[in-house]
Amino acid sequence: MIYRETGQFRTSYAEDQAIFRLRQDRAGIAVILAVAWIGIPLLADDYLLRAILVPFLILAVAAIGLNLLLGYCGQISLGTGAFMAIGAYAAYNLALRLPGLPLLLDFFLAGLVAAGIGVLFGLPSVRIKGLYLAVATLAAQFFADWAFLRVGWFTNYTPSGSVTAPPLDIFGWLIDTPLEKYWLCLAFACLTAILAKNLVRSRIGRSWMAIRDMDIAAEIIGIRPTTAKLSAFAVSSFVAGGAGVLWAFVHLGSWEPLAFSIDMSFRLLFMVIIGGMGSILGSFLGAAFITVLPIFLNQAPAMVGIQLSTAMVSHLEFMIFGALIVLFLIWEPHGLARLWQIGKEKMRLWPFPY
Amino acid sequence: MRAPRSAALLATTAALALLAAQPAAAADTIFYPSLVYRSGAYAPNGIPFANGVADYVAMINARDGGVGGVKIEFEECETGYATDRGVECYERLKTKGAGAVAFSPLSTGITFALTEKAPVDKIPLQTTGYGRSESADGRVFQWNFPLLGTYWSAADILIQHTAKISGGLKGKKITLVYHDSPYGKEPIPVLQDHAAKHGYTFEAIPVTHPGVEQKAAWLKIRQTRPDFVFLWGWGVMNSTAIKEAVAVGYPREKMYGVWWAAAEPDVRPAGDDAKGYNGLALHPAGADYPVHKDILKYVYDAGKGAGKREEVGEVLYNRGVIDAMLKLEAVRTAQKIYNKKVVTGSEVRDGFERLELTAERIKELGFEGLVTPLKVSCLDHEGARKARIHQWDGQKWVFVSDWIEADTNYLRPKMEAAAAAYAKEKGITPASCS
Amino acid sequence: MAELGPVLEVLLGGLMSGVLYSLVALGFVLIFKASGVFNFAQGAMVLFAALSLVRLAEWLPFPLALLVTVLIMIAVAWTVERLVLRPLVGQHGLILFMATIGVTFFLDGFGQTIWGSNVYQLDLGIPSTPWFLFESLFPGGILVSPVDVFATVIAGSLVLALSIFFHGTRIGRALRAVADDHQAAQSVGIPLNQIWLIVWSTAGIVALVAGMAWGSKLGVQFSLSLVALKALPVLILGGLTSIPGAIVGGLVVGAGEKLAELYIGPLIGGGIEYWFAYVLALAVLLVRPQGLFGEKIIERV
Repeated sequence: MIYRETGQFRTSYAEDQAIFRLRQDRAGIAVILAVAWIGIPLLADDYLLRAILVPFLILAVAAIGLNLLLGYCGQISLGTGAFMAIGAYAAYNLALRLPGLPLLLDFFLAGLVAAGIGVLFGLPSVRIKGLYLAVATLAAQFFADWAFLRVGWFTNYTPSGSVTAPPLDIFGWLIDTPLEKYWLCLAFACLTAILAKNLVRSRIGRSWMAIRDMDIAAEIIGIRPTTAKLSAFAVSSFVAGGAGVLWAFVHLGSWEPLAFSIDMSFRLLFMVIIGGMGSILGSFLGAAFITVLPIFLNQAPAMVGIQLSTAMVSHLEFMIFGALIVLFLIWEPHGLARLWQIGKEKMRLWPFPY
Repeated sequence: MRAPRSAALLATTAALALLAAQPAAAADTIFYPSLVYRSGAYAPNGIPFANGVADYVAMINARDGGVGGVKIEFEECETGYATDRGVECYERLKTKGAGAVAFSPLSTGITFALTEKAPVDKIPLQTTGYGRSESADGRVFQWNFPLLGTYWSAADILIQHTAKISGGLKGKKITLVYHDSPYGKEPIPVLQDHAAKHGYTFEAIPVTHPGVEQKAAWLKIRQTRPDFVFLWGWGVMNSTAIKEAVAVGYPREKMYGVWWAAAEPDVRPAGDDAKGYNGLALHPAGADYPVHKDILKYVYDAGKGAGKREEVGEVLYNRGVIDAMLKLEAVRTAQKIYNKKVVTGSEVRDGFERLELTAERIKELGFEGLVTPLKVSCLDHEGARKARIHQWDGQKWVFVSDWIEADTNYLRPKMEAAAAAYAKEKGITPASCS
Repeated sequence: MAELGPVLEVLLGGLMSGVLYSLVALGFVLIFKASGVFNFAQGAMVLFAALSLVRLAEWLPFPLALLVTVLIMIAVAWTVERLVLRPLVGQHGLILFMATIGVTFFLDGFGQTIWGSNVYQLDLGIPSTPWFLFESLFPGGILVSPVDVFATVIAGSLVLALSIFFHGTRIGRALRAVADDHQAAQSVGIPLNQIWLIVWSTAGIVALVAGMAWGSKLGVQFSLSLVALKALPVLILGGLTSIPGAIVGGLVVGAGEKLAELYIGPLIGGGIEYWFAYVLALAVLLVRPQGLFGEKIIERV
């Protein structure tokens, strides 16, 4: 009744190409942004900011990275954690070895390094695909784990192998309170979302989707598979690398290679599957889901008066993740984002569905 | 896609989104967070420690009605031995209730990450027998308390012991098999230093997490035939190491584990083959101490035990009990200093810094024979640096050495140098301690 | 000769640990051949089988426990086939692969919930003290571990049994027909669902055998499920569809990584067996995408 496009006419190409074509959608997104930028900082306490929202935003960025590759270009990667690690360690080394470098430039360069390595490990995708590619990206994961553990140069020969990020100083603005960290991550998340959304609507994004849907047909209509796939690897690794920098510098502060182990890669994969492959919104939904689920499992039974042991909770978490993956793949391969879309379709007909 | 299904999926997700903030707890409790791992690759070692902590706290609540007249509110959080989850647990629990009194991360990696955060949040980190070694220097690491011994102390004690039993280490070979993580790398600098001093050849072989792939390491040991193998492992890595040692015929009598590689879950999977394996011991195993009687009486007889009754008194269980006891002693000390019941993290820090366990106090607590006396000071956050060697006889651990104290004259300058370097990197002004 | 002794020993040790990889890889191949599913859950099945056996053996006589475990594995196979694969039939291979990752997590959690997360000792009564061969030829002799020999014998007989099963029985012929062409097999009246059930059950039993071999070596605990990650490069190396390939791939990876660790490792910092198998598989992929023994049908662009 309220959510309906009746009476809204698009009279120019620019209007037709807008991301949010409906007035209601625009209003909705404005409300969400207002809540995120102003409402949450006013209401949330430190715990919510630090332990839930900051990791959620960073993981959402990483999930967008993986989604560009998996959801839009159809190339599976089990090595997203590795590319995050590459970003994190590249930023650490750049900050260490080029002390005068502005932090944002440092982040950007770290992303570029991750993109470069991403292309390198994406090269096999030119020849192989599907499951074989999964193994190639796993190779990246294991190699990165090893390199950051064993090659002393990357960690500046710290005896323990654990490194610490420099203070977050962006043009003289020292970011150290949870609220500032939240704003920083929110800024990055918004920026990534807008860029990614526009990228997938562009020529290059469409070429990725063509490759995903049918590579041979795509090649016939003049899309170069090599360029398309490698560019997807590059962009995806760039975004993942950026998320890795944030994870290390903003969230953890001090970290070791295990922080970016294969578990991280799997978590991101789950976010993309549950959130929705091929959807930017889905990346956010998936990240929110996977971040909140363990915390919810910890607290929900206590709220209704059941006392579950810590071990039980953590096993339950495994089981629920596993079961949800299967359920979503069977019932709704496009994930939460698709459910949201269905909801919107229903809204348009409400209250008089036919 | 039919409607009920989408509704069901949506409902599950919506339910999860409704995460209610926890209401603040009643004022007259202190909050005791416990970071544990009861699942995954390190669970076999994480479970007994976590049970020890949980049971001791439950016993104190049941027997004494809490500590210094306030109930202890206790909550566990599963870290899975992963740094990021550990940080998440810390963030979640630090402000709960009246605010966390102290954290025991039970992972060197998590300790490293939290070392940055603890001074900001003003919550002490208690790392009983682990953590970063230089954090024993309390002037720089004002919030870290590696009580009872650091890994540098451990390495020093092992060298002292092996030198003694083999009549000097000149020309000998020592190999360290270590968990490739901040934890495993800690002893290397000390072992290298000693190699030059004592004249032995030192080799370090890393084992990748989680530590089930050790064949190559042990084939190498078979070829180089070191006189001693030190094992710095955790979780499944320890039992695998013993099994691989058996498979290459390396005598278990020449193997020495750090105190985290010398407990029942490490030797049991190898069965009889583990006989003769040595390890450092911060404290004895066994459930014959007064504190265990109280735990069995107040917790297990009430059917509230965290684990199985027969597992009370295992090495790691006892370490959990001691860890909890030390934390509560620090709370009591803080209560005395500030003369109030509900103490905050920063007050408990002062409690830790003035923590003194005399022989009488240990007896009072029911820990006689279980823990060495210790005295923490502003300069020295370690408190005591003594351990014994114990050997597995196939059924139980038997002591084969007396208490050995680490060489402070050698370790202290090294710690201070490392701590000073850290202070410089971080821009910390060391406390004056006067 | 003195120089050769250690090399031979490492080679032998490596080959034997390779056999253990092969055992896990075998389960993958069976399922992939018959249903085109790349079953990531094979590692979780290994853990689940070993855990069930070891916990059941605590209060049942061993042969009975073994039998019950076989039944449990068949039940697991049936459940997975019914609840996961049948609804997803005809989907893209990638979707099926991700679904099995879901199954992996579920089984890991479920197994730990009902059987516990401690280390359990699995004692099959094999002597653990090593044997020394050719002591007259090499100083110190060549060391062989009885557990490894046992695993090799088991793997050998398993492969033999499987080939007899595949080539000599009616079901085996049906299985091969399904593997060659699902639709053709179905059109001559082979019941696909039944065949898949049989294959998954066989894979479950292979997982049990692998779990016994690994469990007696390492003790039964959570990390057993991680052997799946070690078996992936073995598969790629040998070819996804070839049983001999799984065996040879396992041997190559096992021997290669141990030799590399000992003789190249020290030059670049050690610990390379962590990724050696993957990099080897990657190299093979680039040159020969179907693996050493795989059939040359591969999706290429």
